[in-house]
Amino acid sequence: MKFLAYLISGISLGSVYAIIALGYTMVYGIAKMLNFAHGDVIMIGGYISFIAANYLGLPTLVSVIVAMAVCTILGVVIEGLAYRPLRSAPSLAVLITAIGVSYLLQNSALLIWGANPKSYTPVVSGTLHLFDGQLTISYVSLLTIVACIVIMIALTLFTGRTKMGKAMRACSEDKGAAQLMGINVNRTISLTFAIGSALAAIAGALLCSFSPTLMPTTGSMPGIKAFTAAVFGGIGSIPGAFLGGILLGVIESLARGYISTQLSNSIVFAVLIVVLLVRPAGLLGKYVPEKV
Amino acid sequence: MNFKNRNRSARTDMLTYLGVTVAFIILTVLKSTGGLNRSQSGLLVPICCYIVMAVSLNLTVGIMGELSLGHAGFMSVGAFSGIIAAMSLADIIPSPGIRLAIAMVVGAIMAGVVGFLVGIPVLRLRGDYLAIVTLAFGEILKELITCLIVGSDGKGLHIIFNITGSKTADDLHLLEGGRVIIKGAQGATGTQTIATFTAGFILIMVTLLIVQNMIRSRTGRAIMAIRDNRIAAESVGISITRYKMIAFVTSAALAGSAGALFGLNYSNLAAAKFDFNTSILVLVFVVLGGLGNIWGSIIATVVLYILPEALRSFATYRMLIYAIVLILVMLATNTAQMKTLLGKLIPGRKKEGADNE
Repeated sequence: MKFLAYLISGISLGSVYAIIALGYTMVYGIAKMLNFAHGDVIMIGGYISFIAANYLGLPTLVSVIVAMAVCTILGVVIEGLAYRPLRSAPSLAVLITAIGVSYLLQNSALLIWGANPKSYTPVVSGTLHLFDGQLTISYVSLLTIVACIVIMIALTLFTGRTKMGKAMRACSEDKGAAQLMGINVNRTISLTFAIGSALAAIAGALLCSFSPTLMPTTGSMPGIKAFTAAVFGGIGSIPGAFLGGILLGVIESLARGYISTQLSNSIVFAVLIVVLLVRPAGLLGKYVPEKV
Repeated sequence: MNFKNRNRSARTDMLTYLGVTVAFIILTVLKSTGGLNRSQSGLLVPICCYIVMAVSLNLTVGIMGELSLGHAGFMSVGAFSGIIAAMSLADIIPSPGIRLAIAMVVGAIMAGVVGFLVGIPVLRLRGDYLAIVTLAFGEILKELITCLIVGSDGKGLHIIFNITGSKTADDLHLLEGGRVIIKGAQGATGTQTIATFTAGFILIMVTLLIVQNMIRSRTGRAIMAIRDNRIAAESVGISITRYKMIAFVTSAALAGSAGALFGLNYSNLAAAKFDFNTSILVLVFVVLGGLGNIWGSIIATVVLYILPEALRSFATYRMLIYAIVLILVMLATNTAQMKTLLGKLIPGRKKEGADNE
């Protein structure tokens, strides 16, 4: 029973990672850049929904939608101002810029909302009791798992079936050729950032419902772990991000329960290293052999 | 042409040594005549450590061309092994200078060994995958060191590995007169601060000597050949793994000795100090200084380390300004429009830019 409890908390934690990792992997797939500021967009999403719910008195669902709208605009603005001028620059320059954006967001949040942690009210409260109360599952966990699956399916359909999704896949394959076919590459990349940031806002609200302390640094560690999850599953692949996120959450939860709380992150990272050694492109990533 | 180039690079090397020496002499004079206030002279040793960190990371990122996000991990290994060495030898070797030297050597050796072990899996990967694995190793090293409890007494070193988090320093069962050196998550407490600016200067000079001579040697040319075209390098018989490993281990060992100096500069130091953010900090120094440019790394480290301190009067806004400066510098130096604009404003720059093409 204890195992089951750890497993379920792992899957729900993993679902949050998966939602973040989906944003990471889409941006990576199309812009070929590690967006280190993604974790901080999550944090901003958390704060916006917190303010909308607590100060403006909006219902929870509306507050999350407000956060999504703000983060979408934020994501597009960041891409337009900071990343677009660097499209042809070396990847390290883009990486450092992303780190700069991450510092910028963290310190802006610090100035606006202060360093004191805010206590976030979970989006849904209450728990489900099963087997005479031996197993308790919070509704937040269930909601997270459902949200993650819905988002995953929606994204798969979007990239697979719609015209915009097709444009995205074309851009990620070859930007030059996509442009020749009449695809507006800049707009497609903006759209990707918009989707990724909206997902980050959802992830922010869910993440803060799990661990209800909201600080300017809240997004950093989940951001890094979600990035790990994206690499774990094969970066650039949507099912890969989903699988990577869930597995990472489960491994972390089991490691915390059975081995050591202090070393849980280390165990997660150690598993990642082993996986990458066996499958250098991640679990579901495509391995492209080099041609000479 | 080749000869001319060689002269130029030798001249740059000499200028680097000269510049560092002149800066050291000026700062030492200022310090002894009271020209620096307390907080300013407190920055000298950390700056030396970060310069060595930046130069050594430049070897991995600039010369070898692989992105490493876990450089602080090696610094951490060096720091704590250096602290253990210096503290446990406190009764045997009274001279702080010799103990500091031993600590730095121990730090370098330990970090080099860890670098070798980490390098075996890491160097098989490439690009972003290599970056994420170095990040993972950095975090693992941080957490492992957080679990360490170390003490020393008449019988030697006592080490406990605190996995469950339930053990404390009392479990070391030290003899009378023994001292606890590292207390798990609290890190090293009560360390004698024996680091000096002179040691920092010597470390920088040794680092420059090692790195610059390595770049100009057969090894360095092999490493750069691998960076520029791995397949071509392999086809002319360069062993990829061997040369990458040489660069990686050297870089780790130098970071380790910088860590030892850093660790012995503070009486309290927790492993959490050497996290992902520290690695990123050093990476920013390297990238802003220019990849593969040793002199650039030194300048960028000094400027960027002092900048937040100089902005201290702006208190809350200083990191915000730092972030904006970072983004603007990257935009200014990497976009075509800005490059031509700079070329018009500064006539000499255009030629340099054309040279790089």
